[in-house]
Amino acid sequence: MGNFHNDEGDLSRFRFRLGIAALLLLLAFGLLLGRFVWLQVIQHDFYRTRAEDNRIALIPIVPNRGVIVDRNGVVLARNFSAYTLEIMPSQAAPLDETIDALAEIIDIQGKDRKRFKRLLDEAKNFESIPIRTRLTDEEVAKFSAHRYRFPGVEVKARLFRQYPENTLAAHAIGYISRINTKEKESIEQAGHSANYKGTEHIGKVGLEANYEFELHGKTGHEQVEVGADGRPIRVLSQKPATPGNNLKLTLDTGLQAVAEQAFGNRRGSLTAIDPRNGAVLALVSSPAFDPNLFVDGIRFDDWDDLNNNPDKPMLNRAIYSTHPPGSTFKPLMALGALTVGKRTPNQSIADPGYFNFGGRRFMDDKVGGHGSVDMFKSIVVSCNTYYYTLASDMGIDNIARFMGDLGLGRRSGIDIPGEATGILPSPQWKESRFKKREQQKWYSGETISVGIGQGYNAYSTLHMAHALANILNYGKVFRPHLVQTITNPTTGEVRTIESEPVRQVALKTEHVDFIKRAMAGVVKSGTGARAFAGAAYESGGKTGTAQVFSLKGGQKYVAGQLKERLRDHSWYVAFAPVDNPQIVVAVMVENGGFGAASAAPIARQVFDYHLTGKRAAGAAPEVNVPEDADASASEEDDNETH
Amino acid sequence: MKHIKRAFLAINAHLDWPLFLIVLTLMGVGLTTVYSATSSDGFAKLDKQLINMAAAIVVMLFVASTSPQRLMRIAVPIYLVGVALLVGVALFGIVVNGSRRWLELGFTRIQPSEIMKIAMPLMLAWFFHKYDSTLRARHFIIAAVLLLIPFALIAKQPDLGTALLVGSAGFYIIFFAGLPWKFIIGLGAAAGAAAPFLWNMLHDYQRRRIMTLIDPTTDPLGSGYHIIQSTIAIGSGGTFGKGFLNGTQTHLEFIPEKHTDFIFAVFSEEWGLLGNGVLLFLYTLLIGRGLMIAAAAPTVFTRLLAGAITLGFFTYAFINMGMVSGILPVVGVPLPFMSYGGTALVTLCVGIGILMSIHTHRMLVKK
Repeated sequence: MGNFHNDEGDLSRFRFRLGIAALLLLLAFGLLLGRFVWLQVIQHDFYRTRAEDNRIALIPIVPNRGVIVDRNGVVLARNFSAYTLEIMPSQAAPLDETIDALAEIIDIQGKDRKRFKRLLDEAKNFESIPIRTRLTDEEVAKFSAHRYRFPGVEVKARLFRQYPENTLAAHAIGYISRINTKEKESIEQAGHSANYKGTEHIGKVGLEANYEFELHGKTGHEQVEVGADGRPIRVLSQKPATPGNNLKLTLDTGLQAVAEQAFGNRRGSLTAIDPRNGAVLALVSSPAFDPNLFVDGIRFDDWDDLNNNPDKPMLNRAIYSTHPPGSTFKPLMALGALTVGKRTPNQSIADPGYFNFGGRRFMDDKVGGHGSVDMFKSIVVSCNTYYYTLASDMGIDNIARFMGDLGLGRRSGIDIPGEATGILPSPQWKESRFKKREQQKWYSGETISVGIGQGYNAYSTLHMAHALANILNYGKVFRPHLVQTITNPTTGEVRTIESEPVRQVALKTEHVDFIKRAMAGVVKSGTGARAFAGAAYESGGKTGTAQVFSLKGGQKYVAGQLKERLRDHSWYVAFAPVDNPQIVVAVMVENGGFGAASAAPIARQVFDYHLTGKRAAGAAPEVNVPEDADASASEEDDNETH
Repeated sequence: MKHIKRAFLAINAHLDWPLFLIVLTLMGVGLTTVYSATSSDGFAKLDKQLINMAAAIVVMLFVASTSPQRLMRIAVPIYLVGVALLVGVALFGIVVNGSRRWLELGFTRIQPSEIMKIAMPLMLAWFFHKYDSTLRARHFIIAAVLLLIPFALIAKQPDLGTALLVGSAGFYIIFFAGLPWKFIIGLGAAAGAAAPFLWNMLHDYQRRRIMTLIDPTTDPLGSGYHIIQSTIAIGSGGTFGKGFLNGTQTHLEFIPEKHTDFIFAVFSEEWGLLGNGVLLFLYTLLIGRGLMIAAAAPTVFTRLLAGAITLGFFTYAFINMGMVSGILPVVGVPLPFMSYGGTALVTLCVGIGILMSIHTHRMLVKK
């Protein structure tokens, strides 16, 4: 080591450079320190929030949906827990591969794949979508063993809705199904989005839809600390969910079953109401569907079957399907004429079998007429001519006002969605209904058709049952309702759905009593007598037949010769017992022919069960009735002019 | 009893207590932080790191007792072996995570670039020592070639972090050896001009890291993720930190490589600005002591070596803390004496050992 000759010069240069380096180094550390101050002091709040957001996740706890029971406690909708195999598309490997691989360990069928695809199309982002539902314990175990192979695939325990009575009262109860985009938006607008975090199903129709917010309950949540992969690590706090409220219906499952069975495989609807409070006892729309099909996402084939079925099982006929009520309108017309003072019960007309008006001849069903007809007889024998003159005398404005008061042509306010307003014809209605000037004009001949429940008249069985109930109540109008009480399962608090009348129609007691007697006469000796022969109670009723197919003058309606779908619709409205009515029904059988033939026997079985507990053995028989027993309007003239 | 005392005296003779205490303190801080980062897995990592530290200290003491003359004698062979191994890596190395860094020796794998961290300054210090009396411009050119060969081989692996450390260590020697200022300025200018070309030579992932640095949010779940999560950790730590074992970013696994390259984020989250200040102070003490040793070193070889090794510690610390706090691109540089891992620790302790050797042998040289 002998290189000391220029050591001093070298050393001072080296030390100078060392000093420079030390300076630069301190500068660099100063820069770091500045960075730390920036991050940890100046930006601290921002980063603290970011760290909190990172680590805390709120996991919603979905509440148990409320249970629906009938008036006697029979369960119509409940929940059960089942395992589902779900895929989170955002986290899973390519979906087709994942599903193929899953199919090797768990039975996944073509329909499961189809449903998965459909749900995937409808799904919100980052949602987990079931590929299989109702796994067996064995399947759960099998999957658990292979879980590591399937990122983004999980077995989840979910609550499912179940409708133990299957198709029974399906239209009234409705069903729940997965929330779609539109419903999600409306939930947001209603300010419920927080409560629907984690909720995947929503009531789509019927009571499930109408009482959605009662049944849903309050979503709880778990505050969990999550790791970078989103897996919960520990629970910080928990607020349990509050289960939804339970509904107790006014519906009587037994009565509903009897009524549905009475329809057999015929199409039509029935509404049964307790006139004393508006409680709906049965609401039938035939044919029905199985709401259980919808719960975990309806399979494509099932959906196809329901949608393309010409009998339209998804349609709630009782509240949505409207038809001319035919002669069942006559007692209402008679009461209207009494109320506005255009008739007294004893006023008689001589019925020649037709009514000439404005150069046209309106025919009675009975060739040659019914002879001398007073109001009582007009209802019992269903005399058209009587009501042609009555309608003409009363005038369309009076008719429309009175029928509107009774509840026709408007929504009754029943607690399930989708009610039709029906059509209560009037000059005003025509004006708003049609665009062209000449179509808007009201012809007085149209008043005559309206008088016998034909023409533009169109009502549901709910309309007719509601109107008759209002009459029997002497004008006290109750809102028809399916729910009797709403119970909070947590507090035990019970709310009763108000059975106070919503309004009062001015009717005179003696007029109402007269109509009741006349309708009892129909059952005793008129068009309803055959169907109610031997009944253990006294009932009142009125048959009706609504035209589907307009016959030219002179043609004779022969049901057997017409194609089934062109046959008349069969109506029957009735109540029992006459002295103290406990039940009102309106029955309509599509293409059932004469009201006395198809509809009245159904009402008979319903009354029998409700009043005596007698259960019929099968579908209501079709009663063979004389062809002229019921009135069906026909006009001699062309009806093109109106 | 007697030979224990003698052994202690022998060790003590070559131990620089200030340096040793600083290193022990840093290791202690490192151990607690490694524990915090890996506590969910129990003590396994902590135990291993303790063994690593013990081994590294033994190596340090051994190197400290090795005289600078002996170090000078092995400088050239080590360098040549290192370059040969790097060529071997380029030809037969095994690929891990897309980088060819390792050489399979049958019984173990070695990372020759790690050897270069020491071999490079040794070699260049030897070189300038040897030609000190006849120093010409060509010597600087030769030195640059000696520097660039291993640098290029390592950068090619690719291992930008190690290449930077090796390259900077070499550059510090050349700088301390008296590289004229006009060269340094010219070199800076040339580097600036060459930047676009260098950019093109970078690997895709390296470019992405630099782009990510400019705006981490461009790729929040990809390469920006590390930076975003580590800055959140540091920032949320605040002035006093969240407390030992209380760092949520750490314990909820948001920080990647939390016990190795990103251990500073763990430390910073739990100890805050205060802890960072202490840590910076410890490194400043370490570097200060190193510079003092360099300033007092008796020979060209020793002073160049001491200066370069000391600045090497700074480079480690600065690059690591800079990348974790988001002002430097992410490169694989551990935090000295803190990050988990035996190899880096041993290399660092070899450096400390060399400093101690230089300091404790200086009187002997003068005599």
